[in-house]
Amino acid sequence: MSELAHDVRLVSASLVHPNGHRALRAVSLALGAGERVAVIGPSGAGKTTLVRVLATSLKPSGGGLAIGGVDPWQLGVAALRRLRATIGVVHQSPPIPPRLRVVTAVLAGRLGTWPAWRSLASLFVPRDAAAARTALDRLDLGERVFDRCDRLSGGQLQRVGIARVLCQQANVILADEPVSALDPALADLSVGALVAENETRGATLVASLHAVDLALKWFPRIVGMKDGEIVFDRPTAAVTSAMLHELYATEGRVLPQQGVDVVDRSVRRANVVVLKRPGCQ
Amino acid sequence: MSAAAETLPAPLRDPAARGRLGALVVAIVVLWPLLALAEFKPWRLLDPGGLQVMANFLAGFLPPSTAPDFLALLAKATVETLAIATAGIALAFVVAVPLAVVATRSLAVSRIGPGPGRAAGTAVRTAARAVLTLLRAIPEVVWALVFVRALGLGPGAGVLALAVTYGGMLGKVYTEILESGDTRSARALLEAGSPRVAALFYALVPSTAQELASYTVYRWECAVRASVVMGFVGAGGLGQLMDQSMKMLNGGEASSILLTFLALVIIADALSAVIRRVLA
Repeated sequence: MSELAHDVRLVSASLVHPNGHRALRAVSLALGAGERVAVIGPSGAGKTTLVRVLATSLKPSGGGLAIGGVDPWQLGVAALRRLRATIGVVHQSPPIPPRLRVVTAVLAGRLGTWPAWRSLASLFVPRDAAAARTALDRLDLGERVFDRCDRLSGGQLQRVGIARVLCQQANVILADEPVSALDPALADLSVGALVAENETRGATLVASLHAVDLALKWFPRIVGMKDGEIVFDRPTAAVTSAMLHELYATEGRVLPQQGVDVVDRSVRRANVVVLKRPGCQ
Repeated sequence: MSAAAETLPAPLRDPAARGRLGALVVAIVVLWPLLALAEFKPWRLLDPGGLQVMANFLAGFLPPSTAPDFLALLAKATVETLAIATAGIALAFVVAVPLAVVATRSLAVSRIGPGPGRAAGTAVRTAARAVLTLLRAIPEVVWALVFVRALGLGPGAGVLALAVTYGGMLGKVYTEILESGDTRSARALLEAGSPRVAALFYALVPSTAQELASYTVYRWECAVRASVVMGFVGAGGLGQLMDQSMKMLNGGEASSILLTFLALVIIADALSAVIRRVLA
């Protein structure tokens, strides 16, 4: 499998859900190989749908997608499977069976590249527990490697989902609200781990984020979405406060930030220190 | 619009209410003639004549036979029945698992998108379901009659009959269990390039293991009981013993056999509970 990252190109893609809801309207988005971009916008803006279209889990109703210069929907069964193995998706609510052990859930990131017999053998004796442990360590969860997933909190499970993608060594990482259940310090750590995949391995990274401050801190390019359309797509330095307030106009006057979103007060206090963002706004 | 109309919104109407009421009406309209057709008249059980006949019939079963010769026969037949049921379920499992894996929609990669190979995938799934339907549509006693012709009287025919019918049943229910849990985990793996079998064991089996085990043990219990019917066609085991006792109008022996069945069902229950606890 290619070690090179893929570029991602979405051209005028639209998506209508079976219930008639139009989630994407003529969305165009181009990322160079190894680029990273944050997608922000109010609830229902189409961020999740955008991630799923890029992940080849939804086929656009109109327009086109190219990953690494190839339209995935023109590929044959085997080629599409190989392509999908190079795309890592972090889901907002991690789709992990509660009975699975953490080590198994993380190593499941390798299933796309392992032969079936190795996958089955790894259920009994984890094939590469050290790799799972390393991925978890980066998210401050290393000591839970042999616990069962139903013993974890929502935030811990979300980090298991991130660790799975770290373990996958994907060329393209698509993260859909990857830190929505985390306190500010851990959210910062986890987004940092995803960004490190982009910076050190050159994986192309798209992350939809609810917390504007995290997006501005970690990403050099911001895409604002609303009502299934891209409202702006700019370098972070060129994103103004007015643009952000207009984007979130329907959600009140306060911009959604990791700091104010979090319910736990003690965590909120810690956040003030952690998330001081240099040079924006 | 008046101020009153603005302050008093229309009462909330549940959009599902109409459909639910309709379903209830349809259920009654369909069920009533069925009950009439089935001559469902439970009060006739309480007629004095009927009660007396039933009581006489049941009195013939007491006391259970404990003759040593008979108990030796019973023990041998019980072991034979257990062997038939266990071998039958094991073979049925072998028949059911591949068919269920093929038929399960939540393991279908081509449904994502939909992607390449969708038509072929749908055709293969439909064919697998058709095979499962065919296997279970024919009662095991009919299969037993067929296999007795080929293999002669004895347990072998019973095992094959169970394997065929119960393979169809297990396959169908496995498919439905695998499709009814949280299938997002399997889909997420398939979307990351995982092969079907890996998605089965990393996503669907962990979240449905208890149900799968519970249903399999329940089918084993059914297989123990089904051996009664098949014993009537000479497939061996407790059924054949039961057939002989009934023909000789020996109620005591019959009730001993029934008590054995009761014990076996209780054991199956306990086994199921243990397995579910282990898999919890």
